[in-house]
Amino acid sequence: MSFLSIDNARKDFGGLRAVNDVSFTLERGEIAGLLGPNGSGKTTLINLISGALPASGGQITLDGVRLSGRRPDVIARAGVARTFQLVRILPSLTLTENVMIPAVFGAKAHWGAAARAVAEQALETVGLSDRAGATAGELTYIDQKRLELARAVAAEPKLLLLDEWLAGLNPTELTEGIELVRSLTRSGITILMVEHILDAVRALCPRVLVMNSGKLIADEETGAALSDPAVIAAYLGESADD
Amino acid sequence: MLKILLPLLGLAALAFLPNFVSDYGLGLLIGAVTYVTLASAWALFSGHTRYVSLATVAFYGTGAYTVAVLNEAMPYPAVLAVTALIGAAMALVVGLSTLRLAGVYFVIFTFGLSELVRQLITWYEVNVTGTLGRYIFLDVTARGIYWQMLALAALTIGLTAWIHRSRLGLGLRVIGDDETVAAHSGINLARTKLIAFVLSAVVLTLAGAIVSPRWVYVEPSIVFNPTVSFLTVIMALLGGANRLWGPALGAVPLFLAFEWLSSHFPDTYPIFLGLLFIGVVFALPDGVLAGIEKLRAKRKGAAQ
Repeated sequence: MSFLSIDNARKDFGGLRAVNDVSFTLERGEIAGLLGPNGSGKTTLINLISGALPASGGQITLDGVRLSGRRPDVIARAGVARTFQLVRILPSLTLTENVMIPAVFGAKAHWGAAARAVAEQALETVGLSDRAGATAGELTYIDQKRLELARAVAAEPKLLLLDEWLAGLNPTELTEGIELVRSLTRSGITILMVEHILDAVRALCPRVLVMNSGKLIADEETGAALSDPAVIAAYLGESADD
Repeated sequence: MLKILLPLLGLAALAFLPNFVSDYGLGLLIGAVTYVTLASAWALFSGHTRYVSLATVAFYGTGAYTVAVLNEAMPYPAVLAVTALIGAAMALVVGLSTLRLAGVYFVIFTFGLSELVRQLITWYEVNVTGTLGRYIFLDVTARGIYWQMLALAALTIGLTAWIHRSRLGLGLRVIGDDETVAAHSGINLARTKLIAFVLSAVVLTLAGAIVSPRWVYVEPSIVFNPTVSFLTVIMALLGGANRLWGPALGAVPLFLAFEWLSSHFPDTYPIFLGLLFIGVVFALPDGVLAGIEKLRAKRKGAAQ
């Protein structure tokens, strides 16, 4: 049985089918990109996996445990961590406290010194340890993004969902960001990342899944997918003369 | 060590205070300690979660009314126990049905709840028992009431201190900042909010029960006075709702100010009340304690 298995996941918003019977699997330790034009259902799919939205149909399992139909906090404790398309930090808490939260309330339920150690390690990973005592609301945008990633890492997840985590970074920051994600895959975390920056996808993901208007239209090796006529058509639209 | 010793010494001093004051002074003490209890209990739930509850008087009044109904039927400790149970049950039902409401909807619901409870009891008394008012004859002295309320206040602040250091407190703070992040970090939102809401409600209900013999005669319009809910909120906000001593710090001066205003300007007193509400929200949105910290940080910054 596959590590992450998504079987005919479906999400309806009234008459709109945002995710239309999507099925795929990920193996343990794999990193895959989730591509598609705006509004194709990528974030909705991420929301179905993390439990932010209840699925209208289908089944999602992680490591043999059923995730579909569960509350987000149960799914988090089952080993799923995520970042958000619009960065979400806890502005009134310090950096250490921000990062401690999933360590305390996650699967391992660390407390006290153990939780602090996990948080410090995660802040070290993203390069924020020298500002650990600062309040999160004071951080710049890029540092808030780093903090969000540190929080996801401190959950010690089995599956990490990144929703355009690299968006909005300048070229230098992007290079650092890619290195950071790569270091996470080396530690054995399975990653599914929504991403529009194709250079980053090429650099990080050997395999991509492409969605268009709710359907999965490609699931293949990255190079092949990016030259697939169906994928190009989805991104650029069909040209009028063919 | 000093953090535990100082409050205990203060508590002992407060317990001896009735020996040195007049009956009027003792009345003021009871009122002040009652509002310290109410504001601290309110902040126990609302301080970190930022769910502004106007249901304070729903629980407080229910506590007083329970004593009015039961005071001749069973011994006093049993009455208190039943009161606490009723408060907890009421908070469970209300919490389960409303804690998913966010922001202003929660505020309006809790305000409506207080009115609903008052109207229900009025309806019941008029149509079923046929007696709107009730008398409370209990063998409790004013000093006894003061000591009980002081104990409840100490218990509430102690409980808050413990919660601040516990997982529950951390969970509540995260919920106050961002519920989505809280849920995705593994925090059970419903359970966390419900535990704090019930603990807060039990204290509020007990406060109403303990203070009720002071009224002697009660009827719904007296015990379910919505001003109590508003005063509690503004006191907690003035001191700093997310600090351990914030609500107490806000409750004492405001209670004394209101007492003075209502005896000297009985007709225009609500105007001062309104101005004070506006003043606190504008000038000290995070409370006095946070304001002082900010000022200190500024001075430090200027000195460097």
